[in-house]
Amino acid sequence: MYEQITRNKWKSFFLVLFFLVLIFILTWVFGELTDFGPYALILAVVIAFLMTFGSYYASDKIVLAISRAKPVKKEDYPYLYNVVEGLAIAAGLPKPRCYIIDDTAPNAFASGRNPKNSVVVVTSGLLEKLNRAELEGVIAHEMAHIKNYDVLVQTLAVVMVGVIALLSDWILRSFFWGRGKRKTSSKGGGNAAAVFVLVGILLAVFSPLIAQLLRLAISRKREFLADANGALLTRYPPGLASALRKLAADREPLEAANKATAHLYIINPLKDIKGKANKLFSTHPPVEERIAALEKM
Amino acid sequence: MGALILWILLILIVVVILGGVGIYNRLVRLRNRCENGWAQVDVQLRRRYDLIPNLVETVKGYAKHERGVFEKVTEARAKAINASTVKEQGQAENVLTGALKSLFAVVENYPELKANQNFMMLQEELAGTEGKIAYARQFYNDTVMKFNMKQQVFPSNIIAGLFNFKEKDYLEIEEPEAREPVKVKF
Repeated sequence: MYEQITRNKWKSFFLVLFFLVLIFILTWVFGELTDFGPYALILAVVIAFLMTFGSYYASDKIVLAISRAKPVKKEDYPYLYNVVEGLAIAAGLPKPRCYIIDDTAPNAFASGRNPKNSVVVVTSGLLEKLNRAELEGVIAHEMAHIKNYDVLVQTLAVVMVGVIALLSDWILRSFFWGRGKRKTSSKGGGNAAAVFVLVGILLAVFSPLIAQLLRLAISRKREFLADANGALLTRYPPGLASALRKLAADREPLEAANKATAHLYIINPLKDIKGKANKLFSTHPPVEERIAALEKM
Repeated sequence: MGALILWILLILIVVVILGGVGIYNRLVRLRNRCENGWAQVDVQLRRRYDLIPNLVETVKGYAKHERGVFEKVTEARAKAINASTVKEQGQAENVLTGALKSLFAVVENYPELKANQNFMMLQEELAGTEGKIAYARQFYNDTVMKFNMKQQVFPSNIIAGLFNFKEKDYLEIEEPEAREPVKVKF
């Protein structure tokens, strides 16, 4: 458990460092391409630091906004609050804030940068479709993610992958735009060609890197680990097993989820109707295997 | 040569002292966590005692004739609050759980009461609190186990003995069914 926490903290640190460098390079290239001249470097440094710290402190808020999750009060959802508070006690953690996504597809995830600043998000469908023991199983799974610092890695990954994709897209656009301008002014053709090559290499490197980043953050093993640690909290593995069975049987996709946030959820919210083609890129281990592991406990 | 041996000795002593400090701090941290866990159990038990009078009042509004049940619950609650030892309290808690069960059995005969918003809230609060009590106990016992284990294994047992750390008792519940939360049906 403690090794897991240390590993996750290091992983997050390198993720942030990597992100810082990447944003720096990207904004610099962007600045050079759009004729910012000597200010491009300063601009790049400032933007890189702002974005890095911003994504560290605000990534949970960004994720919550993307998922259209709303904070709820204890008076309105005493049931959810009692379950969350109970499991926070069991895990010896401060109580996470509770958010709800108004969607009938049952699903849940956790986010935050540390246990003190964590949130648990459930869909309204989850509250309707599960009984107490099952809900406790799901919340315990999320609580295990929080305790392990999985949430930090996962949440950072969402925002960083998003920002990088956005920036490389910008560069691609500004490259076409910038080159056209330079041709007409017929200034430093060699320089533009060098930048062109650099951008080309960067872009070529990016897509697999982004995918790798996501995979690094997801590591399907951690779902099994969270299942096991969650069962340790409730001391009742059948609760989570039965919840997973219900979630898997539900074919309704969650509308507020997308490819960037899918790996956060307890069960793949996109439901992959297309079938086996996506199995290679699957962010979640097969539910049957998870249930089998829980039943063996 | 003599200087080298002196250096090695010095380094060894520093390492031993640093290790000792680390173990001591860990023991203190675990002891504090145990106490915090115990306080959490206490908070939840108190919350349960506070909920019961409200619950009894609400049920009374619909089922005036079931005086025996109300008395049993009130009495068991008072006994649990006034219990002085952990063991006594454990027994009183069991009696209280049994009394609450018979109270909810009575409620089954009053469909209007079961649909009452206030009653449903109280019932949810009670179920939630009982879940929290169970989890707080579990957390306390887990922490006590870590604390006691640390005092038994080498080399931390030396530090524990040196600074007079005492093992803590587990919270045990005799009846396994006492752990079961009150069933909530809507």
